[in-house]
Amino acid sequence: MMKRIFIRLMIAFAGMAMSFAPAYALVEININRGNVEPLPIAVTDFMSGNELGAQISQVIAADLQRSGLFAPVNKAAFIEKISNPDQQPRFEDWKVINAQALVTGRVTRESDGRLRAEFRLWDTFAGQQMTGQQFFTQPENWRRVAHIIADAIYERVTGEKGYFDTRVVFVSESGPKTARQRQLAIMDQDGFNVRQLTNGKDIVLTPRFSPSRQEVTYMSFEGDQPRVYLLQLETGQREVVGNFPGMTFSPRFSPDGQKVIMSLQQEGNSNIYTMDLRSRTTTRLTSTAAIDTSPSYSPDGSRIVFESDRGGRQQLYVMGADGSGQTRISFGDGSYSTPVWSPRGDLIAFTKQSGGKFSIGVMKPDGSGERILTTGFHNEGPTWAPNGRVLMFFRQNAGAGGPQLYSIDLTGYNEQLVKTPSYGSDPAWSPLLE
Amino acid sequence: MSRTYTPAISRMQTLARNPAVIALTLALALAGCANKKNLPNNAGDLGLGGAAGAGASTPGSSQDFTVNVGDRIFFDTDSTSIRADAQQTLDRQAQWLARYPNYAITVEGHADERGTREYNLALGARRASATKEYLAARGVPANRIRTISYGKEKPVAVCDDISCWSQNRRAVTVLGGAGM
Repeated sequence: MMKRIFIRLMIAFAGMAMSFAPAYALVEININRGNVEPLPIAVTDFMSGNELGAQISQVIAADLQRSGLFAPVNKAAFIEKISNPDQQPRFEDWKVINAQALVTGRVTRESDGRLRAEFRLWDTFAGQQMTGQQFFTQPENWRRVAHIIADAIYERVTGEKGYFDTRVVFVSESGPKTARQRQLAIMDQDGFNVRQLTNGKDIVLTPRFSPSRQEVTYMSFEGDQPRVYLLQLETGQREVVGNFPGMTFSPRFSPDGQKVIMSLQQEGNSNIYTMDLRSRTTTRLTSTAAIDTSPSYSPDGSRIVFESDRGGRQQLYVMGADGSGQTRISFGDGSYSTPVWSPRGDLIAFTKQSGGKFSIGVMKPDGSGERILTTGFHNEGPTWAPNGRVLMFFRQNAGAGGPQLYSIDLTGYNEQLVKTPSYGSDPAWSPLLE
Repeated sequence: MSRTYTPAISRMQTLARNPAVIALTLALALAGCANKKNLPNNAGDLGLGGAAGAGASTPGSSQDFTVNVGDRIFFDTDSTSIRADAQQTLDRQAQWLARYPNYAITVEGHADERGTREYNLALGARRASATKEYLAARGVPANRIRTISYGKEKPVAVCDDISCWSQNRRAVTVLGGAGM
């Protein structure tokens, strides 16, 4: 517990230190505008005695590029060869190739074996350093350091928190459709470092990250009893959530991490319940003869969005955290499902089924401002990056084969395949790591 | 190689703008070793009614049930009503189960893939429940009937049109289902 508080303080310190950067820097991206022209940025190979420097730069450049907000300049165009990353670069050499921002850095080994990674972000047109930081870590964590550096660059340039030092838990699928094997898996947000968390014997679905602990809630068919479970990522320990008289499914944590909200199926009905993880008290929030499922809290915990077919087709409803005031918010043509409240609170992402197509879209919590970001044969199950700017979802194309993970930003212009070793579905983005 | 879920990272500090100044370093290790365990599982795959056994079927055997009675019924899109053709199948099932009262059954509810995962789990449960109610109304004791939903996770027919989707929207009666 002390450790966690200390970590928080450290991050706060770092944030303050960065704010000393000059306010008159030219390089900035306003990501509140519609379609942003990506910022040309030169990410030079970090100085190092081996290939690690180039590898770290590659991860940073790939993160920035996939965000859609940066356009890394081709290395072949570089004129100046950085020989000392502590020295001011020759800004003219970078301006002439239109690199408006420049990243230099160095990786070295400490005497205790740890890796030391330093970087500097330069504004080439203003001719000054925008930020500079250094990190220490075990050598095997080099990718994570690269993601943290990419986050620092993203934050310094856009003014918003990054999302690169995050992970995604998902369902890794393999085998033919009629005998599909499903395992929980976890990976870095860029698709690297995939690890399986379950052995594939039982169907596992809809994993969701805890906002506060190294913990995942998900549904498993273990023992042919479909139920919601908790899985501790650090110990592998599992437990069933609650002792309900029927199938429990579609779990999600409350924003404080203290409750799991889920559906309970009894005969033909499913209603929404919460279970307090400390007191083990369960509370019923909906009570209809309909299918009420896919609950998701607003980030302040005061409201819940969910889907229900109480009006005929599946539609989105918002209610108070105590189940009060259940109000339909989706009124477009088609049916709406899998709503997820943005971590910023401003939008709700959903799956929309209309005209034989499945789309991913967003609307405001009052149901206004609906916007479809991507549409096709089958898109499903959005999850938000912790900064509320990017969504990940899964897509199944027509034909044989299986689902794959994609990310898309809120403009809808920047859609990217997230490569995984096998098929993937049900992605859930972690909070920013600490 | 250690399996770490929260890799140890020392948090950042700002480097001095003047590169000559060596920055004070504040290092902090975030612990987080994790040993993933493979936990025990029950295999418990229910199968889909053993359609393979179309040959000689002993009366009262599961082949007899699957081949001569019919172990599955189909539903319309998003619907849980028992169609007329399905009623005939379930009537035969109820008669057969009355003749062989030692069998407990599991009714598996399934949905086609043209819906979202969570909704389809509930829809499959509704179909299994509607099937159970029908069988119970035809005299099969409710305590012999267990239900389970597999949502859209276990299709039997794979293609991208209605010919397959209509086969996947089904309830399958499995003799001596798991847990009985």
